[in-house]
Amino acid sequence: MLPYLLILPAIVALAAVYAYPLVKTVIMSFQDMGRRELWTGESPPWVGFDQFTNILGDAEFWHVTLRTVVFMAVCVVATMAIGLLVSLLMMRLSTWVRLTLTTALIAAWSMPLLVASSIFRWLADSDYGLVNTIIAKFAGDDWLGHNWFLDPLQGFAVIAALVIWGAIPFVVITLYAALTQVPGELTEAAQLDGASAFGVFRFVTWPVIKPVFIMVTTLSVIWDFNVFGQIWLLRGNKPEPDYETLGLYSFSKAFTSTSFSQGTAIALVTVLMLSGVAVYYLRQLMKTGEVE
Amino acid sequence: MSASTPTHPQDLRPDRKKTKLGYNVLGLVIAVVMAFPVYWLIISALRPNHEIRSYDQTLWPSSITFDNFARAVKQPNFATAIQSSLIISITAVVGGMIIATLAALAVGRFRFTGRRALLMVLILVQMLPPTAMLIPIYAQLNAMGGLNEYWGVIVVYLVSTLPFATVMIRGFVVNIPVELEESAMVDGCTRMGAFRRIIFPLLAPGLAASSIFALVNAWNEYLFAYILMNDDSKYTLNVWLMTFTTERGTDYGALMAASTMIALPVVVFFMFIQKKMATGLTSGAVKG
Repeated sequence: MLPYLLILPAIVALAAVYAYPLVKTVIMSFQDMGRRELWTGESPPWVGFDQFTNILGDAEFWHVTLRTVVFMAVCVVATMAIGLLVSLLMMRLSTWVRLTLTTALIAAWSMPLLVASSIFRWLADSDYGLVNTIIAKFAGDDWLGHNWFLDPLQGFAVIAALVIWGAIPFVVITLYAALTQVPGELTEAAQLDGASAFGVFRFVTWPVIKPVFIMVTTLSVIWDFNVFGQIWLLRGNKPEPDYETLGLYSFSKAFTSTSFSQGTAIALVTVLMLSGVAVYYLRQLMKTGEVE
Repeated sequence: MSASTPTHPQDLRPDRKKTKLGYNVLGLVIAVVMAFPVYWLIISALRPNHEIRSYDQTLWPSSITFDNFARAVKQPNFATAIQSSLIISITAVVGGMIIATLAALAVGRFRFTGRRALLMVLILVQMLPPTAMLIPIYAQLNAMGGLNEYWGVIVVYLVSTLPFATVMIRGFVVNIPVELEESAMVDGCTRMGAFRRIIFPLLAPGLAASSIFALVNAWNEYLFAYILMNDDSKYTLNVWLMTFTTERGTDYGALMAASTMIALPVVVFFMFIQKKMATGLTSGAVKG
């Protein structure tokens, strides 16, 4: 009886802030809740699958989905590739260089999202941004006043830089922790047997760090799929339609177009898209014995 | 084959020394790239405004001034924003820690049906996209009159600390030998007494780490605070930071100064707990 009493407050709290909203999301997705229903408290009319047929039949939704997936893929691949290389590098550094690098990583990691976004917005500012100043030095004064956000492709490059910069510290520190678990004798034995550097990595290091690598990659997929704040803040709290990923698309349908049901339906579709990744992550956790 | 043996043939090979130097240089370059935005934040906060509003940005300021900080502090609602941030974060963290500790004791000490399911739920809920919760929570708080009230945001923050705090504290609970607790009870302690005298003191470092972590998360959150609180006298510091951007543009000097002030406590706290963060994060316990 005692354990159930101990978890009761947590269950109630989780039910109130996670379970109930999730159920409500499902309910709202089958209704049509707009501004009027929100303020009068009238119960919104039921519309069946209309919200979903509207969304799935809307070309914009698929554009946004494609944009979200591509953006996520670019960020995850870049983050994991850079993260792995830097963590391997960390193993080969002198102690003082490693400490310097760790300090830099932690400094970057500890920046609040809003502060980090402000810095990147300032760096990429069209008039007084450092990035334009530096490029202009090499490529000519045309670059002064260059607006990075006019072309969404360039804008997303700035956003991706922010996301990747923000994610690298966690990836590097985690992978480095895993790398230190690789037994030194194994590496040496492989080297003595004439294995190349790549061979050592492929057959000795990689098997040891693989579970951690997969876990971090899965987390990155989920985080980068849900990127919201960085885009929202870099676009001055009102992202143009060209900058909308699924989270922002759902948000703007709900709060800008005040069609709350459209917003929840999009959020629900997003949850369903991510559930596969989440289940995979959970299975990995169970395999490594984190949830036993 | 230890590298410390000076006669080790590999140590004497000059190309090996060169590679090491190459690695070190590369490591320092990466350190500079990673730290640069932080440097830029601090330097922009400290440099005179005419250098900020200049087409020719220089890497080093010509002089140091606190004007930007003065302007930031004068921005309306600074004091109330500090107050709101403190009230909301501290209340949420204290409440969250109590509930999380109870749950962590349950999953760390007892085997019961549903234990695994609870752990899985704790991990899964952290993967929900924020908008999936934001919209219904907004609608619900609106119906309950909880918009523009501290308690609405506090409840949301409190619960969002539960998943990682529970998993993190559980990690500390399972490391405390059950025998300690049992022998205290054999010696006549009640279960409550054993908890207070034996478990709690051993758990204290774990609780400290988890609460700092939760505090940082609550301190940094802006989306729910922004949507759920429209009254500018109740803005939290992060939402207040957004007021530096107006229709007429952004006062970057003041914004950087204000950002420095908000980030400073986080950086200090972060230094304390960074080792635990890495382990907490890989066990799937923390939201990004």
